Amino acid sequence: MLPALCTLSQASRTVFERAIFGNKPQPLGLWATVVYYAIAIAVITTLVLLIAMIGIWAERKVAGHMQSRLGPNRVGPFGLLQSLADGIKLILKEDLIPRSGDRLLFRLAPYVAFAPVFAAFVALPFAPDMVFEPRLNVGVFYVLAVLGVEVMGVMLAGWASNNKWSIYGAMREACQMVSYEIPLGISIIVGVMAAGTLNMVEMSSAQGGGLHTWLIFRNPFVFIAFFVYFVASLASNKRAPFDLPESESELVAGFHTEYSGMRWAFFFFAEYAAMFVVGGIQAALFQGGWNDPFGLIGHYHSKFLASGSTAGLVVVNLFGATVFVAKASLIIFIQMWLRWTLPRPRIDQVLYACVKVLLPIACAMLLGAALWQLLVPDQTVAALVVQIALTVLGVAVSGAILLWIAHAWIGRRGNKLRLTDPAEIPQKAAGPAAA
Amino acid sequence: MAMMVAQTVNMGSVLFYVFALIALVSAIGVVLSQNIVRTAVCLLFTLAGVAGLYLLLSAEFLAAVQLVVYAGGTLILIIFGVMLTSKSPFSRFQPRRVEVAIAIALGLVLLVMLIMGFDSAIHSRHFVQETSSQAQRYPMDKLGQVLLGDYLVPFEVVSVLLLTVMIGAAYLAKARRRERKGP
Repeated sequence: MLPALCTLSQASRTVFERAIFGNKPQPLGLWATVVYYAIAIAVITTLVLLIAMIGIWAERKVAGHMQSRLGPNRVGPFGLLQSLADGIKLILKEDLIPRSGDRLLFRLAPYVAFAPVFAAFVALPFAPDMVFEPRLNVGVFYVLAVLGVEVMGVMLAGWASNNKWSIYGAMREACQMVSYEIPLGISIIVGVMAAGTLNMVEMSSAQGGGLHTWLIFRNPFVFIAFFVYFVASLASNKRAPFDLPESESELVAGFHTEYSGMRWAFFFFAEYAAMFVVGGIQAALFQGGWNDPFGLIGHYHSKFLASGSTAGLVVVNLFGATVFVAKASLIIFIQMWLRWTLPRPRIDQVLYACVKVLLPIACAMLLGAALWQLLVPDQTVAALVVQIALTVLGVAVSGAILLWIAHAWIGRRGNKLRLTDPAEIPQKAAGPAAA
Repeated sequence: MAMMVAQTVNMGSVLFYVFALIALVSAIGVVLSQNIVRTAVCLLFTLAGVAGLYLLLSAEFLAAVQLVVYAGGTLILIIFGVMLTSKSPFSRFQPRRVEVAIAIALGLVLLVMLIMGFDSAIHSRHFVQETSSQAQRYPMDKLGQVLLGDYLVPFEVVSVLLLTVMIGAAYLAKARRRERKGP
C-alpha cells in the first residue's frame, strides 16, 4: 500500500486522479495526498448520508405501500424531504446518557459501529474509474473483514447501556452476526473462485461480455451460492427476518434502546450504509458490477481508454455508476420487501438456519464449484452452454416474477376485498338468543 | 540509525506514525485499564492499528485476516465471555504488586531482546531496505500457490489443529444428560 499511496501509476486510475493530475504518472507530495484524501472522505461521507436519507425514505414508503397505506407524503413532494426533517429533529433532540452505564463506551459505540461501514466504501467498484482504491488486491475480503468489526460496536452499545434488553439484543446480535459470517464468507469464496480474483475492479471487468458472463450464471454452484449469500447478508445486516437485535416488538429497541438523537442516527446510518455495501458486493461479485446486460459499458470503456477521450470516459463511467447503484438499490428494495413480508424467527431458529441449513449448502457449493473449475474449464463449449442455460433460467424466473407482479398491479382494482358482508354470516348465532 | 536512508516525509510515513501511535496508546490502555470491557475496547484499537501497519507493508491479506480473526472473532469472544460471566459492568481487577513487578521485569527482558534482534537484523548483510519505488506487491494468486504448494505441510497441520480445537470445543460445550434417579 505504501507505494500505492505515494505513486500514481497509469493503469486503473480513478476519475479524481485523472481530473486533477491528468494522465502523467507522478509521485504525490504529502499535502497533495492529504487534500486528495480529504476530498475522498468528503465524497464518501456525502454518499453515506445520501444513502441513509434515501434509504429511510424508501423504507417508509415501501412499508407504507405494502401495508396499503401511503407512507410519508406531507413533507415535500412524495415525502422526499421527510428524511431531512427527521435529521433536523434528531440533531435537536436531548442527548441522554444512562447515568449508571459506562459513559465512555456508550459514547464510543455508535462510531465503532459506523466507522467500519464507512471504511468498506473504499473498495466498492462504482464504475471502471470510479473506485476509491482500485489497487486493493483483497477487495472483497477487506470488506468482509471490516464488516466484522461492526459487530463490536453493536455489542458495546448493548453493554454500555446497562439495560437488560440492550444486553439481550447485543448478545443475540453477536451470535447471529458472527455465525452468519461463515456462510457469507464461504459463498463469497464460491463467487471469487469463479471470478479468479479478489480485486473488485478486476472482478467487475471480467463480467463485461454481456448477461451470460455475469458470475451468477457461471456455473450452477455460484447460482445457488448467490442465494446463500443473500440470506446470510440479511442476517449480517440485522435485517428482517433476522432483526432480532432490534426486535421492535420484543426488546423495546434492542441494543439501541437507550440511544436517542444523533447517536441513534449513527446506528441507522451504519445500517443503511451496510445494506448498500452488501448490495454493492452482491452486484459486483455476482451480478456484473457496473456492466449492463448487453456488455456495452465494458466495450465502450476499453474503446475510449484506447482513444484517450476524456468526455467519453466520463459518460461511460457515469453510466456504469448508475447501473451499479441501480443494482445495489434493487437488492436493498428486496431486503425491504422481505422485511415487511416475513415474520421473525426465534434466535434458536435463526442459528439452526445458519448452522444446519446454510452452512452445509455453502460447503457443498464450495466443493461443487471447485470440482467444476477442474472438470469444466472456463473457455470450453460445455461451460458456455451451461452459462447460457443458467442465463435463460435466471431471466425466465425474473421475468415470471415481474409478470406476476405486473398482473397483480394491473388487476388490483378488480380484486374484491375479503371483508365479510353481514348478509353472508349464517344466522345460527341468532338461534339460542331467539329461543 | 544513521545507516537508514534519509526518510522522506510522505503519506506513508505519516500514516505509519498515526497507526503506530494508535497501537501504542491503545496497548498502554489495555495494560492500565481496570475495567475489563474497556480493556477489550483498547485491544480492538490496538489490533486495528496493527492491521493498519500491515497494510502499510503491502501485506493486505494479512491485514484483512487480522481484522477478521482478531477483531471480528477473538475480541467478540472475549466480550461475550465478559458479558455472560461478570456480575456488574464495573467489576475491576486489582493485580497485586508482586504480579505487576514480575510483569514489568518480563516486559523489559522482551523489549531488550527485541531491540537487540532488530539491531542485528538491520546491520546484517541480508537486510535490504526497500525504497518505496522498489517494494513489491505480492499478488494474491501467488500467495495461494505458495500456501498450497511450498507450505502445504504447515497449512495442513494448522487445519488439523483447528479441527481438533473445534471438536474439543464442541465436546466441552455439549449438554450433559441428566442421570436418571431410581427405577
